[in-house]
Amino acid sequence: MLNISGTQINFLKVRVITFILSAILICLSIGAFFVNGLNFGIDFKGGTLIEIETSQEIEISGLRDNLNTLELGDVQVQEFGSSKNLLIRVEQQLGGDQVQQDVVQIVKDSLGSYLSTDINFRRTEVVGPKVSGELIQSGAIAIFVAVFAMLVYIWFRFEWQFSLGAVLALVHDVILTIGVFCITQLEFNLPIIAAILTIVGYSMNDTVVVYDRVRENLRKYRSKEITDLLNLSINDTLSRTIVTSVTTLLALLSLFIFGGEVIKGFTFAMIWGVIVGTYSSIFVAAPLLRYLDVKREWNTTSAVDSTR
Amino acid sequence: MLYFSNLKIFSVLAVIIIALLFAVPNFFGKDQLETFPNFFPKQQVNLGLDLQGGSHLLLEVDTQEIIKERVENLNADVRRVLKKNNLNYSNFKVSNESLKFVVESFNNEIQKEIYELSMSNSQNILAMGDQTNLIITQEENIVQINFTEEFIKQSVSNAVAQSLEIVRRRIDELGTREPSIQRQGSSRIIIQLPGIDDPDRIKSLLGQTAKLTFQLVDTSVNFDPFNPSKAPIGSEILASDADEEFKYIVKKRIMVGGENLVDAQPGFDPQTNEPIVSFRFDRLGATKFGRVTQQNVGKPFAIVLDNKVISAPVIREAILGGSGQISGGFDSEEANDLAILLRAGALPAPLIILEERSVGPDLGADSIEAGQFAAIIGFIAVIIFMIFVYRYFGLLADIALIINLFMVLGVLSLFQATLTLPGIAGIILTIGMAVDANVLIFERVKEEIRNGSNMMNAVENGYKRALSTILDANITTLIAAIILFFMASGPVRGFSITLAIGIFTSVFTAFTFTRLLISFNAKRLKPNFVGLSKNA
Repeated sequence: MLNISGTQINFLKVRVITFILSAILICLSIGAFFVNGLNFGIDFKGGTLIEIETSQEIEISGLRDNLNTLELGDVQVQEFGSSKNLLIRVEQQLGGDQVQQDVVQIVKDSLGSYLSTDINFRRTEVVGPKVSGELIQSGAIAIFVAVFAMLVYIWFRFEWQFSLGAVLALVHDVILTIGVFCITQLEFNLPIIAAILTIVGYSMNDTVVVYDRVRENLRKYRSKEITDLLNLSINDTLSRTIVTSVTTLLALLSLFIFGGEVIKGFTFAMIWGVIVGTYSSIFVAAPLLRYLDVKREWNTTSAVDSTR
Repeated sequence: MLYFSNLKIFSVLAVIIIALLFAVPNFFGKDQLETFPNFFPKQQVNLGLDLQGGSHLLLEVDTQEIIKERVENLNADVRRVLKKNNLNYSNFKVSNESLKFVVESFNNEIQKEIYELSMSNSQNILAMGDQTNLIITQEENIVQINFTEEFIKQSVSNAVAQSLEIVRRRIDELGTREPSIQRQGSSRIIIQLPGIDDPDRIKSLLGQTAKLTFQLVDTSVNFDPFNPSKAPIGSEILASDADEEFKYIVKKRIMVGGENLVDAQPGFDPQTNEPIVSFRFDRLGATKFGRVTQQNVGKPFAIVLDNKVISAPVIREAILGGSGQISGGFDSEEANDLAILLRAGALPAPLIILEERSVGPDLGADSIEAGQFAAIIGFIAVIIFMIFVYRYFGLLADIALIINLFMVLGVLSLFQATLTLPGIAGIILTIGMAVDANVLIFERVKEEIRNGSNMMNAVENGYKRALSTILDANITTLIAAIILFFMASGPVRGFSITLAIGIFTSVFTAFTFTRLLISFNAKRLKPNFVGLSKNA
C-alpha cells in the first residue's frame, strides 16, 4: 500500500541547493535561448509543411537533394514516425503571402515526378508571413496574460507575498519549458503555446494547494517558526502533490507513447511542465515564502500581534 | 454533510443521466441513430477538420486595392469638375489616400460640385445622414482632398461583406459538403471545407477577381502582338489569357461589364465541339451589347477577364438577343469554373490566401484511433493507480472518473463543440487531473482519521476542508483555459474547450457523485477503505 502520509522531510534544508539548481537551469535556458534560439515551426516562421505517406520506403537524402534543386530555399525532409511517412518543410518564400501558395504545387509536382511510388498527401500547411507574425505575437501575449491573471487571482485570494512567490515559481516553470525546447531544438509551434498555458495552470494548481495549507497552518500555529511551518505544509500536502502528478503523468505518458506523431511535441512539453511544475511548487514556491515576510495574523482582528 | 435529501439525490442523478444520454449517440453509427425514438438526443460530437479531414483557408481582402480604386474614381471626378469649370491645374499628385494639386481660383462653388459628384458616386456606401465623404483642405492655391476615415472604413467593410457573399456563392456552386464561411476581424474570411484535402481548385477559384469586361480592340494603330508599341491615350495593352507573350491593344472604355450578366453556363460548341461558356445579359446589358455590336460589325471585340484577354472574336453581326458565348481554347473544367465565376460575380477586390491547413482523411482517422487508444491506456493506468493508493475510495473515484469522461463527451455533443486532436489531448489530460479533487478530499479524510476523528466525521470534515482548496486549484487551471480559448483559434481552441469542460465535470462529480456513493455506505466505512492501514 502506498503511503506518503505523515512524512517529515526537511525540504527547506536543501533550499540553497535547489535554488542554485534552479538558477543554473534558468541560466542554461536563457543561454540556450540566445545561443540556439527556438526551432520555430511554420506557425511562427511561416512556410510550407507537407506530410506524405508512400507505399515504399524512400531514401531521404536523395529526395532532399532533389527538392533542394527547386530553388525554394531551404527544404527539410525528415522521417515522421515511420520510414514511409515523411515530413517536408519548405522555408518561407520572399515576396509576400501570395507566393507561398505556389510552393505546394511545385513540391507536389516534383514529388510526383521524382518518386515512383504512390503518394498520399496526409497534411498540407501553408502559413504566410502576416499570419505567422500575428501568431507569435498572440502566443506571447497569451502567456503574459495568463501569468498576470494568476498573479491577480492569488493576490485576491491570498496576500501579495503569496502572489509574488507563486508567480516567481510560474516564471521559473515557463523559462525552463522554453529552455528545454531551445536545448533539444524540438519544433516550437502553436500547440506548444497551448502546452505552456496548461503548464501555467497546472503549476499554479499545485502551488495553490501548498499555499492553501501554508495559510491554514499560519492561522493554526501562530508562533511556529516559519521554516518549520513551511516544511510542515509541504509535508502535509506531499501525498496529494505526488498522487496527482503521477495520475497526470500516467495519462500524459500514454498520450506520448500511443497518441501519434502529430501531438508528440505537445505531450512532451506537458510532461516536462508537470515535472517542473511539481518540483517548483515544493522546492521553489513554498521556500520562497520564507523570504517574503508573510503576514501572520490572518482573519483575527482580536488577535494580539505576536510576531512583529 | 453526508446526508443527502431525496431531492438532492434525484437532481444529481438526473444531471448525470442527462449528460450520459447526450454522450450515447457517439457510440452509434448515423443510420443506427435514425432508428432511435424521437425524444432521444441524436447529436454527435463535431469533429474538427484535423480529425475528419478537410481544409482550412484564411483569406484577406486586399483592402489597399479598394482604397486605390476609390482614389482613382475620385481622381477622375475631380479632373472632370476642374475641366468643366475651365480651371488650370498643375502638380496633380495622386497618393495612396489623397489627391493634391495646385489650382488658381478654387472657390466654394467648385468645392460643392466636387462634394456632390463624389457623393452621388458613392451613395450605396455612405450611411444615411452622412454629410460628406470628403475632406477638402485648401492652403492658398494648394488643394488637398482626402476621404473621411469613416468612408474608407465603410468602403472596406462593404467590400468585405460583398466578398464574403461572392466567396460563398462560388463555393456553393462547387457543391462542397457543409462548408463554413465566416468573417474574421475587419477584413478576413475563414473558410472551413470538411472532406476536401486538396483545395487547389477552390484556391484557384478564389484567387481570381473574375472581373469580366467587353472592350473594343483598338484597330487604329499598327500593332505587333509580340512587340507592342506604346498604347495611344484611351487605349491599353493587355496580355492574352492563354499566352502571356501575346498582347492585344484594346480601348479602355468598357462597353459592357460582368455586372450585367444574369446567367452563365458551360457547354460545347455544336460545330467544333470545343468547350464554351454561354452567357445571358440583363435588359440593360442586352441593350448596351446590342448597340455596340450593331455599330461595330466587322471589328474585333475583346472579352477581358481580370485584365487578360480571353479572346477577341470579330463581330459578324449585331447581337440583339442579349446572349452570347465565350470560347477561348479552354477545357471543360475550365469552362465550368469560368461559368461559376461569372455566375457568382466579381470580387470587389483581390483575395490573398494567408494560411492554408489541409488534412487528409487518413491522417484524421489515424489521429482518432491513436487518441482513443491513448485515452484507454491512460485511463486504465490511472484507475489501477487510484485503487492501489486509495483502495475502496479509489474505486469510487474511478467510477466518478468514468462518469466524468462520459459527461465531457455529453457536454461536447450537447453544445456541438468541436473536438480536435489537441481536444482529445485535453480529455486525456483531464483523466489525469480529474481525480485531483477526489485526491484532495481523500487526503484530508486520512488526515482527519490520523488526528483521531471517527470515519464519519473524517469524511464530513474532509469534504468541508478540501472545498476551498479544490476551488482555488481548479480556478487557476480554468483561467488558463479561458485565456487559451480567447487567444487561440482552430485545433488549439478545441483543447481549451475540453480542458474547461473537464474542470467543471470533475469538480461536479467529486462534490456530488463520489460523495453520494460514500454516503450510501457511510455506516460501513472503515479507515482502510481510504487506503490507511488499520494501525494508522
